[in-house]
Order: sequence, then C-alpha cells, then structure tokens
Amino acid sequence: MREELCHQPAHVLRELLIKGEINYSDILSSLIKTIEEKEKDIHAFITLRLEEAMEEAKELDKIKERESLPYLAGIPIAIKDNICTEGILTTCASKILANFIPPYDATVIERIKKEKMVIIGKTNLDEFAMGSSTENSAFGPTKNPWDLKRVPGGSSGGSAAALIGGETILALGSDTGGSIRQPASFCSITGLKPTYGRVSRYGLVAFASSLDQIGPMGKDVEDVYLLLKIIGGKDSRDSTSLPHPLPQEALKGSIKGKVLGIPKEYLKEGVDEEVIKVVNKAGEIFKKMGAEVKEITLPHTEYSVACYYIIAPSEASSNLARYDGVQYGYRVKELSGEGNPIVEMMERTRDEGFGSEVKRRIMLGTFALSRGYFEAYYLKAQKVRSLIKNDFEEAFKECDCILAPVSPTPPFKIGEKIADPLKMYLSDIFTIPANLAGLPSLSLPGGFTQNGLPVGIQLIGKPLDEYTILDVGFAFQKETDFHKRRPVWR
Amino acid sequence: MDEVKHIALLSRLKLTPEEIDLYSKQLERILEYIEKLKEVNTENVPPTFYPIPLENVWREDKVTRPFPVDKTLSNAPERSKTYFKVPRIIE
Repeated sequence: MREELCHQPAHVLRELLIKGEINYSDILSSLIKTIEEKEKDIHAFITLRLEEAMEEAKELDKIKERESLPYLAGIPIAIKDNICTEGILTTCASKILANFIPPYDATVIERIKKEKMVIIGKTNLDEFAMGSSTENSAFGPTKNPWDLKRVPGGSSGGSAAALIGGETILALGSDTGGSIRQPASFCSITGLKPTYGRVSRYGLVAFASSLDQIGPMGKDVEDVYLLLKIIGGKDSRDSTSLPHPLPQEALKGSIKGKVLGIPKEYLKEGVDEEVIKVVNKAGEIFKKMGAEVKEITLPHTEYSVACYYIIAPSEASSNLARYDGVQYGYRVKELSGEGNPIVEMMERTRDEGFGSEVKRRIMLGTFALSRGYFEAYYLKAQKVRSLIKNDFEEAFKECDCILAPVSPTPPFKIGEKIADPLKMYLSDIFTIPANLAGLPSLSLPGGFTQNGLPVGIQLIGKPLDEYTILDVGFAFQKETDFHKRRPVWR
Repeated sequence: MDEVKHIALLSRLKLTPEEIDLYSKQLERILEYIEKLKEVNTENVPPTFYPIPLENVWREDKVTRPFPVDKTLSNAPERSKTYFKVPRIIE
C-alpha cells in the first residue's frame, strides 16, 4: 500500500496529480484526517482554515489540464504566524497581536497564492520568534511528534512539528538565530535559511531586521528547493532584497571532488556525544560518496552568542516600539487616571501584552542602546560580528561548504531550559553565526540517538550559493533514509 | 535595581515589583556572560551593521494609490471617523 499522502513530499504528490492517480482534494483529506487525530496532542497550529482550503482544492480538481497549472499548484502549505496573511489572523503567538487581522499579504504570501498553493493554517512559534523551543507562545507550547514530552525546537516549532506529524506538506518559517534550522533538526525535517536578502521580508513581522530571513521548510531537499524558487527574488518593497537571479539548475547530487569543512570549534566538549557521532558519521558518508572532508577553523565561534544577544535584542527593542496600543493590537482597557494618560496606556498595554521573554529582550536591547553603553555593547558587538564574518570568508577559501551540527543537543524536555534564559540562549551557538554573517544554511535529518530522537546536520554555504548546499544535501538524502522516517504514533 | 527601573521606563514597560526583581537578576547574569566580548581585540575592525553590502535604492517619484483608509484603520483599538483615537496627551 502507498504511504499516506500526508507524509509525501510535494514533488512526489505532483507526479501523482499529473498522472491523474489522485485529486487535489485527496491530499487535503489525508491532512485533515491526521490533523483531527493528532493536532490536539501536537498543537502545531494557532489558526486552521481547512474548509476554505478544501474549497480551493476542489476548485483545482475541476481543472482538466493539470500540466498547465503552476508546479506547486494545490500543494498545501502552513505559514508561520509571524508572516502577514490578508484576512487571516496573524498573532505572532503574542497577546498583543491576538486579534490582528492583516489588511495585506506579505510578498511571500502573494507569490504562494500566485502559484495556486493552498494555505491550510498559521503555525505556532515562540512569541515574536524569540525562543528556541516554542514554549514562549501565548497560546501554549507545541509538542515534538517524536516524543510529546519534548520541545519541537523554535521558534518555527509549529511549522516543523506540522511537517513531521503529517499535518502539512510544505511550510514557511523564519530564521533570525536558528529558528528554521534548529526545529528542523529537532523534528527531522529539512529547512533552509537563505542568504540574507534572498527572500523579501515585506510582511514578515520584524524581530531583528539585519538577521531575519524567511525560508522554506519541507520533507526533503527537493521540496525546499522548489519552494525557495517561488518565494525568493527581488522585491521593490524590501530594499534589502537582492536582485541576483535564483539558481534554476536541477539538483544532481554531484558530490565528487567537493570539499566539505568541519569546524573544529563545533565538535568541542559540551556538545552531546550523540550529536558529534551523527556529524562524524555524515562526514564518513560524504567521503564514501567521493567528497573530501577536512577540518577547518572558525576561531570566533565562542563569541557568537554574546554578540547575537546584543545585536538581536537591540534591533528588537527598536522594532517592537511600534506596539503601543495606538494603531493596532491590544490596548489596556481601563486607565487609573494617575499620571499622563497616554504614557500609562502605552506602559500598561506593553506590560500586559508582551510575554516575559519578549520583555526581557526589549529591556536588554534598550539597555545596550542607552546612553553610556552604546559603544561598549552595541558597537563592540557589531565589530565582533565583522570578525565572525571574516572567519567564514577565510574558511571558504579552503572548502565549498561547511558541515556542522545544528544544535549541541537532541530535542530537550519541555520545561528543561525555560527558567534559565542564558541556558536557552546558549543552545543557539551553532546556528547564530550564519545569521550574523548573512550566509545560507541548510538543516537536514542526519540520524537518530539511541533513544530514537532526531539529530540534524547543518550545511553552511557561501553567500548566494544555496545551490551547492542544496545539492550536497540532495546527495546525502539519496544515500540515506533518515528524511523518510516518521514517528510512530502511539 | 534602579537601573532596571530606568530601562523599563525607557522601554515603556510598567513592570511589577516581582518582574523588576526577576529581570534584575536575569539581566545581570546575561550581561556578565556578554562581558566575554571584551576579550576580543577589535582595534581597527569596522562594524558590520548589515551582513551584505547595501546600496541606496532609488524609485521614481510618482503618485501611487495610498493604502485605503478603512483598511488602515481596520485593526485600530479605538477610532473616530478617519482617525486613530488615543487618550488625552496634553494636560
């Protein structure tokens, strides 16, 4: 019997659709069945629109000439709830935006609609994408389908959990310090953080503007590449989006002669032994396929977390100043009448509307940018950022791409790190550098621990060279079956 | 503690005494960790504000249709005709 449609990648479904073996609505039906069974346990979504999605799929069923439709037409997609969708609630998993219905679409949503893809819902995240576990959601945490006691990673935890749980075929996430790649690793799916500027940020609720990037998430590398080609490219409404053409070449999995560098700073003490084992094993697999694997050095790695936790909160404190109860979002109901009414309205709106991690980062960022501290913290961090970026430029003189762990640990337990912010921040150490340097980076299933928990591997590429990391990832997925494994449901 | 109160004011956050206490401790610990950056010699290193080289983006100066007023106001917590309504600002 054929595997359930809900677990198939889009490129496989497309073949079945073109051959006429299935209808568009069959895919939706398969997802709806899974969602009805599992969503109450996984909690991947904040908003679902299954009836509307089914109507869209049935409209497509009526079309006879399927080959005339765009490539991903009718493929269901889940959208992280910090990406604006016209007429569909967009909460950022925050009380302050709990009733926000965007009056416009993000550029990526316009492009998805033009492709005639079917949006099935909006996925859970850490509030304003600030977190590594999806526990910081005003609507409750998402659970990891591999083990419901564990986190799915974050902040795009809803998108990753929905993919591996068979609740969607494709998904969009956003990545500021690892928010696509770490949940991809924790849930055993494939996710790409593109080069900074590759995908328009217009309509992405801003967190840290020099680091934020929307990216594709899917069940394998081929799907991620297909989605990148749809969402990427210049957009006049985002002046940081890049004019460079997207890669169009088909994936070949040509690995012979490629040089992969493993940074020695990434396999040090403190990294879980099973994670190190998975990365070394992946290196062996690449070697067997004809690649050269060598040790490289990224000497400023240990400063990346400190650097990031100045820059990202600083940008966030500025970006989140807009939530003041004036134009949209939550506003405190009753004022006490003491002091200046508008100041009281803003201060209490923000205190009641934001969750604790968001407030912590606004405070940290405001501190770093305040008088007397700007040079010692903010400017210093931006200089260290240059050194981190230089590390990569040097490393890429010796290799075509970098092979690394995604996270120092397999998925951790719900509640394990939430009371200790610094401990949570340190879990981003291997994903943050690619954001600071603006580099493309792919996270894909690399193996499993002895207890059956997923462990991802990361491929970091040169600026704008998504093709190489995708092609190397494609080669890995031709040789392995980790990306095809699904959690056993009870 | 006083510093945290000052930062809260700058951030326009009306924190509870418990929050001020908690954030004082947590921010202190985070900043202690961030002190690490001082170890790095950054003499003559320019800052990187954006990871890619950015050029100014020009556009034609022509009249376009503005975003419709009703849509703009559709999420307003309070409105009056075509305006956002806020509490009294001037004493």
